[in-house]
Amino acid sequence: MKFLEKMMQIDRRWIYLAIFLAVIIPAIIPFTVPMSVSPEVKKIYDFVEGLGPNDYLFVAMDYDPSSLAELNPMAEAILKHAFLNDRKVVIVTLSQFGPGMVEEITTRLAGEYNRIRGEDYVFLGYRPYPAITIMLMGTDFRVPFPQDYYGVPLDSLPMMRGIKNFNNVKGVIDLTAGNTADMWITYGNARYNFPLAIGITGVMAADYYQYLQSGQIFGIIPGVKGAAEYERLIDKPGQGMQQASYQVVAHSVIILFIILSNVAYFATRGQKSKLGGAR
Amino acid sequence: MKREIPLMIVTVTGIIMFVQYFIPSNFSEDVFTFLQDWVMIIGILSLPLGIWSLVKANTQKLKVPDERFYSAVLLIGFLVMVVSGWMPDWRSKGIHLALFQNVLIPIQSTIFSLLAFFVASAAYRAFRARSVLATILLLTAFIIMFRLIPTGPFADINNWLVEKILTIPNMAAKRAIAMGLALGAAATAIKIILGIERTYMGRD
Repeated sequence: MKFLEKMMQIDRRWIYLAIFLAVIIPAIIPFTVPMSVSPEVKKIYDFVEGLGPNDYLFVAMDYDPSSLAELNPMAEAILKHAFLNDRKVVIVTLSQFGPGMVEEITTRLAGEYNRIRGEDYVFLGYRPYPAITIMLMGTDFRVPFPQDYYGVPLDSLPMMRGIKNFNNVKGVIDLTAGNTADMWITYGNARYNFPLAIGITGVMAADYYQYLQSGQIFGIIPGVKGAAEYERLIDKPGQGMQQASYQVVAHSVIILFIILSNVAYFATRGQKSKLGGAR
Repeated sequence: MKREIPLMIVTVTGIIMFVQYFIPSNFSEDVFTFLQDWVMIIGILSLPLGIWSLVKANTQKLKVPDERFYSAVLLIGFLVMVVSGWMPDWRSKGIHLALFQNVLIPIQSTIFSLLAFFVASAAYRAFRARSVLATILLLTAFIIMFRLIPTGPFADINNWLVEKILTIPNMAAKRAIAMGLALGAAATAIKIILGIERTYMGRD
């Protein structure tokens, strides 16, 4: 009983230590987590897979380095999928810290899959005021982005010659850790009626299932698990699969702590009742 | 006139923006683009004000011994990032990208990753079956968390349960909140356009 009483008053630093070890162990002893694919992720995969040779995919990478661990694996998986299938991708970021990350990912993956900037993909860059930028892009991409991120006029890029606004892209995938998903739904999908899917952090997932059921978005990639599912679908295990193992161990530890906490709570509560103590 | 003119601008612009949304025509698009440009111009004009305020406040703090170090770091970081990212060519190589990838990304990622420790500690203390409602919360959290853990033959049942939780009680609550927020926002917008709500103009 003493152990359980102690558990009720456990110093939080022991919990921190347990979580630290839970995250470190899979890094030392790597293992693969069996991953079942959810329908909302499969729909995005099917959409990208179904794009024709002349179809354009629009990817918005609207996140900061703080959520990079969850959203970078998604971005990489989607871009790898599009590049593998030789599909054209227009990329934008509506996050002020986004350009550096997008630049790093696109340059690396383009090199890996022999994609040429301006012919196979375009990085438009960053503009402030997400809602306004979305609406202006609905009029013409050239209004908010007369030049791409590298200062090249859009009209001089071979890939952008036949493309004006969202009417010319097959669909939009927004990867975000903030409220830009709401803006893409409200000002993008509602106004310009393009198919929209989102990739979001795990904690945001519950907020966006309503839009999935209403048909305003056609798919969701929720957190690291979603990214790992997408990697499994394209058969390119990467950061998502790796991080899924960390997450599994960390979640297992949290679940064990919660069970222990409740056992300790009920055991000590019974004891207090016998002694006439407060609950 | 000091109050009437801004109110008139808000009313006229608000009505134009409201009406143009429902009129799909080239003229409507032009009006929309023109007014959106103005929003950007006004926003951009506020940027120097913010920079001036930041630099001024931190320059003053340089005189305070306890705060000198942090203000100096901020001012140096600010100057280095502005200068190094000034030209488009400089952004994709050199010191700007190196600082972004080797300083800013690790700092932000580290701060965010600390959440895992706080969440674990909070979960340990908060998820206790103290009452019926707390027990429902605990069970729901358990089911959702088990989704991430490979549970063999139970995975399908758990996934089914997660889907039901997300698409029925969760969605009903979220929709109610979203509708409430939207109606509130619409009511506030109407009040601003009609000049009933004037607190945004400050006091004078």
